[in-house]
Formats: sequence, C-alpha cells, structure tokens
Amino acid sequence: MRHVITVLVENEFGVLTRIAGLFSARGYNIESLNVAPSSDPTMSRMTLVTRGDEHVIEQIKKQLNKLIPVIKTEDLTRQEHMEREMVLVKVQARDATRAEVLRMADVFRAKVVDVAEASYTLELTGKSKKLDAFLRMLAPLGIIEMTRTGPVGMRRGSEGFTVGD
Amino acid sequence: MKLTGAEIFVECLKREGVEIIFGYPGGAVLPMYDEIFKKNYFRHILVRHEQAALHAANGYARASGKCGVALVTSGPGATNAVTGLADSLADSIPTVCFSGQVPTHLIGNDAFQEADTVGITRSATKHNFLVKRVEDLALTIRQAFHIATTGRPGPVLVDIPKDVATASCEFRYPEQVEMRSYKPVTRGHQGQIRRAVKMMLAAKRPVFYTGGAINGARGSAELLTKLVRRLGFPITNTLMGLGGFPYDDEHFLGMLGMHGTYEANMAVSHCDLLIAIGARFDDRVTGKIEAFAPEAKVIHVDVDPSSISKNVHAHLPIVGDVKVVLGQMLEALDAARGEPNAEALKVWWHQINEWRERDCLHFEQDMDGPIKPQYVIKRLHELTRGEAIIATEVGQHQMWAAQHYGFRQPHRWLTSGGLGTMGYGFPAAIGAQIARPDATVIDIAGDASIQMNIQELSTAMQHKTPVIIAILNNSYMGMVRQWQEMFYESRYSHSYCDSLPDFVQLAEAYGGVGMRVERPGDVDAAIEKALANRDTFTVIDFIVTKEENVYPMVPAGAALNEMVLA
Ligand SMILES: Cc1cc2nc3c(=O)[nH]c(=O)nc-3n(C[C@H](O)[C@H](O)[C@H](O)COP(=O)(O)OP(=O)(O)OC[C@H]3O[C@@H](n4cnc5c(N)ncnc54)[C@H](O)[C@@H]3O)c2cc1C
Ligand SMILES: Cc1ncc(C[n+]2csc(CCOP(=O)(O)OP(=O)(O)O)c2C)c(N)n1
Repeated sequence: MRHVITVLVENEFGVLTRIAGLFSARGYNIESLNVAPSSDPTMSRMTLVTRGDEHVIEQIKKQLNKLIPVIKTEDLTRQEHMEREMVLVKVQARDATRAEVLRMADVFRAKVVDVAEASYTLELTGKSKKLDAFLRMLAPLGIIEMTRTGPVGMRRGSEGFTVGD
Repeated sequence: MKLTGAEIFVECLKREGVEIIFGYPGGAVLPMYDEIFKKNYFRHILVRHEQAALHAANGYARASGKCGVALVTSGPGATNAVTGLADSLADSIPTVCFSGQVPTHLIGNDAFQEADTVGITRSATKHNFLVKRVEDLALTIRQAFHIATTGRPGPVLVDIPKDVATASCEFRYPEQVEMRSYKPVTRGHQGQIRRAVKMMLAAKRPVFYTGGAINGARGSAELLTKLVRRLGFPITNTLMGLGGFPYDDEHFLGMLGMHGTYEANMAVSHCDLLIAIGARFDDRVTGKIEAFAPEAKVIHVDVDPSSISKNVHAHLPIVGDVKVVLGQMLEALDAARGEPNAEALKVWWHQINEWRERDCLHFEQDMDGPIKPQYVIKRLHELTRGEAIIATEVGQHQMWAAQHYGFRQPHRWLTSGGLGTMGYGFPAAIGAQIARPDATVIDIAGDASIQMNIQELSTAMQHKTPVIIAILNNSYMGMVRQWQEMFYESRYSHSYCDSLPDFVQLAEAYGGVGMRVERPGDVDAAIEKALANRDTFTVIDFIVTKEENVYPMVPAGAALNEMVLA
C-alpha cells in the first residue's frame, strides 16, 4: 500500500543522505521525497511517499526514528489529511493545437507560466492523481518536458505537527 | 579561556573520563597527538593497524563497561578503521572513533590522504559527525559519547579536519547533553510489564531467551538470574548473551541457534511462551523463520523499537533498558503475588531433561590419539575455573569455545557475532587486558583467523599485555571446510591453509613465548605455563584433529528442530 510519511529533521548537513541511504541500504521503495526548511529554521520537513505491506511500513517508520537527526515522524495515510503536488509541463503548441492546450489548462485550472512560439508551459497544483490525469490528457498533444515536485502533505484540522507533542 | 581544537579534544576526553585510547598517528591527527604528548591525561595504546584499534576499543568496552575510544588519521587510517566500526555496530558495542581529515578548504578536492570518511562510515556507525567549526567541537564530542553509550549502544565517528584542530575558540564544556531528536526510552511501560508477568505466571512451557544486552548493561545479569530462579523457568542464551546467566545453574540450557544445544533448540521449538530479553532474533538463531517457536506467544524487551517485531512478531513488546525492565518485572512479580504453574512446569522440565539426556555436546578424547579441539577448551575452562576473559576469532573454534567453555559471569566473553570478523579476537583480547590488567585473557583462535591481525603481537609486546593466544590449529579454514564437506561434496576449494608460519618461532620473533602441543597429555602443562607467564604474551599452537565438525548444526534455512546431531 502507498504511504505518505512526514518527517521532521534537524536542519543539518547530511540529513538527506542519511534518509536516502537508509532506503537504499534496506531495500525500501521510495516513490518521492520532498525536503524544505520548516517554519522553524533549525528544522526541515520532509514528505516521503513509499510503498510496502504493514510490516515493511512499520520497519520504515522505526528505522527513520532511529536516525539520530530525525525528530519525529507521522504516517499521514492513517489520518484525515491533504496532499498537494505541483507539476510544470512544457507542451507543444502549434497553430492547430494552440487552442486545445489552453482549453486543457482551463479544464484543469492550470496556469500558463510561459508562452513561446511553439509551446506553452503550464503549472498545475493538486492531488497526484489529478496531475496524472492532466498529463495523460496532454500527452497526445506532445509533452516536451515535465517536472513534478512529489507530494507534500499535512493532517487536516487545527492541530500542528511540531516538536512538542 | 581560548583553546585550540586539539586542546579541546584532550580536555573533553578527560572530562568524559577517558583513561585509555587506542590509535595510530598520521599527518591529519598530529595536532591531537601533540596534545596527547604534552598533557598526558590518558594512556595511549599504539596498535599496528587501525582495524585493531577499533577491535581493541571494542574489547576494552566489553571488559570495562566504559566507552572504547580510538584515534586514526585521515584517508587510509579511516578506511582501515571501517571493519572495526561495522563490527561494533553489528554487536552494539559503545565506541567513539576520532579520525583526522584534510583541512576544510581542501575537502572535496581529492587532496592528499582525503577520503569521504563520513560518507564511507555512515552505514558502519550508529551516527557520525564532520566537525566544520572549532566552536562545534566540544558539543560534538559530548554528543558522540552520549549517543555511543545510551539507548542501543554503538560506534560513533567524529571526523576532525586539521584546520579545526589548529583553530582556537573560547572553550566551554557542555555539562548537559540534551538532544530533542534523540531520547532513548529506558523505563518499560508499566501496563506492559504487568501483562508480561501475568503471561509468565500463566505459562505452561515458558523459556527465557536472552542476548547481548545482558553483557552490555552492567548489573542486569544479577537481576536476570534472580528472575529466572524465582520463576524456575529454563533459559537459553544467544552467542552474544553467554555469561549473562551462570552456565552451571540447572535452569541453563546452553546456547540456542545454528550451533546451539539440542535441549535449547527443542525447548524453543515447543515452548508456549518465549521471553526474549535484549536479543534480536538473528537468522543464526531462528533458522527457518516460519518454523521458529511456532506455538509461542512472544514477549520482547528491547531498547531499540526497530528490533521488535522485525523478524518475529512480538505479542507483547516492551521498549526499555534491560536492567530497568528486569527490575520492574521483579517488582511486578512481587506485587502480583501469584506463583508460576508448578504442575505444568514439572511436566515441562521432565520433557526438557529428556532432551538433555541426548548429551549433544559429548565428545571423547583418546589420550593416545590426536588432540580434539573441544578438549583444549575443556581444559582451558578447568584450569581457569571458568573465570578467564575469553576472546575468539571466527570459525569452528569460536563455536567450540561457545559450547564448551562455560561462563559463570558476564562481561568476560568477547566474540564477533553479528559481523563475524576474523581477526577480531586478538586485538579485542589486548583491549580487555588493558582494561583488566590482572585478569587472565585468552584469545581462542584458528590458524587462519589469527593471521588477520597477527601484527598485533608487536602491540601486545610493547604494552606488556600477557594475553594467551590458543590456536586450535587444524590447517584449515575449518568452518569453511565443514560447509564444503556438507554442502559442496567435500570440494575443499581454497580452504586449506597452505604455508602456515611456524607460530612458535613467530611468537619468539616478536619477543613472546611460543609453544607447540601435539599430544593430549601435554595440554595441561602448556596451559599452566602460559597462565604463569605474566611478563609477555604466550602463543600456544595446539595441533588438533584436522577434519572435526561442529555439532549440533542446524543447516542454513532449516528449522531448529531439524538439527544434525553428528
Ligand atoms: C560462525 C558464527 C556462528 C554463529 N552461530 C550462532 C548460533 O548458533 N547461535 C547464536 O545465538 N548466535 C550465533 N551467531 C551469532 C549471531 O550471528 C548473532 O550475532 C547473535 O545471535 C546475536 O545475538 P543477540 O540476539 O543477543 O543480539 P545482539 O547483537 O547482542 O543485540 C542485542 C539486542 O539487544 C538490544 N539491546 C542492547 N542493549 C540493550 C539494553 N541495555 N537494553 C535493552 N535492549 C538492549 C539491541 O537493540 C539488540 O536488539 C553466530 C555467529 C558466527 C560468526
Ligand atoms: C574477514 C573474514 N573473511 C572471511 C570470513 C569467512 N570465514 C568464516 S570462518 C572462516 C574460517 C576460519 O578459519 P580458522 O580461523 O582457521 O578457524 P577454524 O574454523 O578452523 O576454527 C572464514 C574464512 C570471515 N568470517 N571473516
């Protein structure tokens, strides 16, 4: 099953390598990994998407917690939560298809972020599934290049995910 | 007061209570070596290879209960240390290794003797640090010792660039270490403890299965012994756990696992409650995992949550330190005021005693024939009253030592269990002898393993450690040969030890005493002579039967109750 795990880590040299190294050394699957500073500059927050059965996911969480700079982890999959991902996609747009590309962007509420003679670059934020669907629709028009952030997520409600609890 | 990095290094070590460090100098650590020379705060043991420094620190830690400390130079010094770090990681032994590094402005430049030490050792340590500013050094050293010695112990490496060692800053020693991201749990959950006691009192066929943690956590062995005797349950130890319970107590079933006793493996295979304390269900212990303790409910006490339910599902997990949890269990047992199921235990012991009658470790020594390796171990036991500190290399001799030595007390058994590092035993024995100068320390070795760190004879000579090296010389890499005999139709591919040196002359060349023993009748005299020699190391080359096999044996992948007895 797919799991989205949030990890709070000390914002120090080498943390990312430790996390990536853990996944490769133990043969765990890693679909995406997103890292950025959190509101507290001494900490970074990661969102990690992985797959595995209950036993594997349990080990992944324990192994993550065992890394010294990891402050806290949370398996979002077990909670009411939201997830968002962003994609930048450059699509071929010549005479005949120019309008079609814009129509797709409109349907998915994507933004046009760059316009060139033979292409449009679109930005879309949403759940990963929505991004998948968007890219599927654009594919026949000719995708020149594409980059996705991997999802970030947090739980719903007014509770935060901080060091304290 | 302003101090240089190198001065901070020695000041911090002094405050950590470090008395001994094992090391080898080189360009990048010269500032530290200079301070060691000037301040003379602690004793430095010069080894002959950095791998040995780490093994010696490991042996020192096990025998003393303190953190082992090593110091190595950059590049090759650090890469030579890697095996020793990985070994301490696999066996959870507290050590801190300091390595020199090229100056910060040269890092990443392929500089002379540069290695990405933090990168290389990341998966061979519990944690590691690269110190980039002299201002961070004191806190980093404090954290390194804290991490190495608390929770699940393990090796920590601190990489110190040369310019950090020479730069200065205001020195303030951090009295407290508080890490928000690292807070090991020591006390077991009280509700879980009560449930555990309830399960123990209800059990009909219980077994204690205890591991290396009892040898690591000082004071836990006494509590374990108390608990086991109080309940009257049988107990088995892992290879790492030997000495955690007196071998001659009637509750003791011997070691379990691949080369464990028949009674221990049968008891585990038939128990209805398995009480695992500080043991990690290694595959050498479980054999075929689906067939391991199939009828048992499992209680698992471990300080590392990732050990619990990793290989075998724990019905009742307890996260905490073994010593604390054993204390809690004893209290909860008093409070529960129940008694174990005496009727059921009687039947269980009856069954166990039947298994015991197989006498699975039996061997015969023909006093006119060649020496049996097991016989040498028996005599070592007798002549040291089971009280020596025993180190081993890796192979058949290691298993015979585990099966036949018979340990009465904890902290006297130094063996490489997790990584299985040939070359571990001799430097570890030197480390233990440094920790316990008056103790008898014996490295039980094979003719192949001893050659992996033989250069340490020079270290033993220089530092006057009267370690005894008992080589069980079968002219083979015996353990490899045994597998080839059993699983590769006796094709002994490259497992014969050709061109063995004359170990007697070798010992003498290094300045120690060497003896060769070829007849069973001469075994005792040689051991006695070695025990009496407190001035130098002694090498005894016991020429033993060449093709002896270690039994019982559970073939890899088989179930514990499918063991081969002979
Ligand atoms: C040739 C060879 C043959 C072998 N054959 C056998 C065999 O037949 N039988 C056998 O048993 N082994 C055998 N081994 C050893 C085996 O590979 C493992 O090293 C060993 O079984 C592990 O022992 P352990 O479970 O006690 O764990 P250890 O490695 O000692 O780990 C200790 C466990 O306790 C935890 N812990 C540590 N400190 C504490 C504390 N203070 N409080 C709470 N928990 C703590 C740790 O987190 C860990 O889970 C063999 C090795 C070799 C090289
Ligand atoms: C560094 C290292 N290399 C290889 C091995 C694989 N190995 C395990 S036991 C063994 C043979 C050991 O032979 P010896 O030291 O003579 O002991 P014996 O088995 O004969 O008692 C080997 C090669 C190992 N454990 N460690």
